[in-house]
Amino acid sequence: MSPGIIDLAFGVGSFLFFLALGCCVGVLVEREHYASIRRREAELRGLPIIQSRFPPQALGPCRQMFVQGSVVIGMDYFKRTLAKLRNLIGGRIGSCATLVERARREAVLRLKEEARAHKAVCVLNVKFSTANVLSGDKNNNGRGCVEVVAYGTAFIPKYPSGQHPAGI
Amino acid sequence: MTNMLLSNLEFVPGCQVEKHLGLVQGSSVRAKHLGRDLMASLKNMVGGELKGYTELLQESRDEAMKRMIQEARGVGANAVINIRLGTASITAGAAEVLAYGTAVVLVEDREAANVGVSQFTVSE
Repeated sequence: MSPGIIDLAFGVGSFLFFLALGCCVGVLVEREHYASIRRREAELRGLPIIQSRFPPQALGPCRQMFVQGSVVIGMDYFKRTLAKLRNLIGGRIGSCATLVERARREAVLRLKEEARAHKAVCVLNVKFSTANVLSGDKNNNGRGCVEVVAYGTAFIPKYPSGQHPAGI
Repeated sequence: MTNMLLSNLEFVPGCQVEKHLGLVQGSSVRAKHLGRDLMASLKNMVGGELKGYTELLQESRDEAMKRMIQEARGVGANAVINIRLGTASITAGAAEVLAYGTAVVLVEDREAANVGVSQFTVSE
């Protein structure tokens, strides 16, 4: 065999290896992440996010606090390859959609976790900011990682429930 | 003035804006370092969260907020309202984080406090 064929075989081999690795482990990582997201979302359901700038009247005396949650999530090698192929013909890239969705849900969860740690009862006016950061090299070869920040204003009751002077 | 009230609402319930002091902002540009990048590129083969990057950007966001608060303190504000955050990729491998808002002087709304509608306060 000529060295050229060995080189080619090695190149194709490593490509296929990373593709398979990305595909198998990537799917596992994503499944696990979704399971964790669903579990924590169920836990934090009692802490609502209200997309209004006005706090509900029933809230009673509160103090407020700026809270945020952020996450950077990367795409696996398999998805990146699929996305590149998809780029040739255009259209919907389902794998990218799940990436951004996971990042957004995770950011909201972290925001809620911070709010809960301060004993907040609700979070108002949550804004998202999504950016493609720290990726790409000089060949403009995107790594495909996305950052999502969620931020809002948490309302923390001044009196623990049942201890309000007016009996609320 | 040790406490600065931060909010991304454009008003504070139970308080009145006594004085608008204009836009204040803080930003921070950070680049990833080689070690972090190496780990992240390995992690990027299989996807999932890139914790090193999350921490890096979170640190730089904290710094941007701190600078914004400093600026607000410098103009004599006791609160920054309507805060917005943004992240931008400047060059490959570096990111800018920006925080901006309106610096204001808040006073407690006596009327609202009297009728007991709300008793939000500026300080924590």
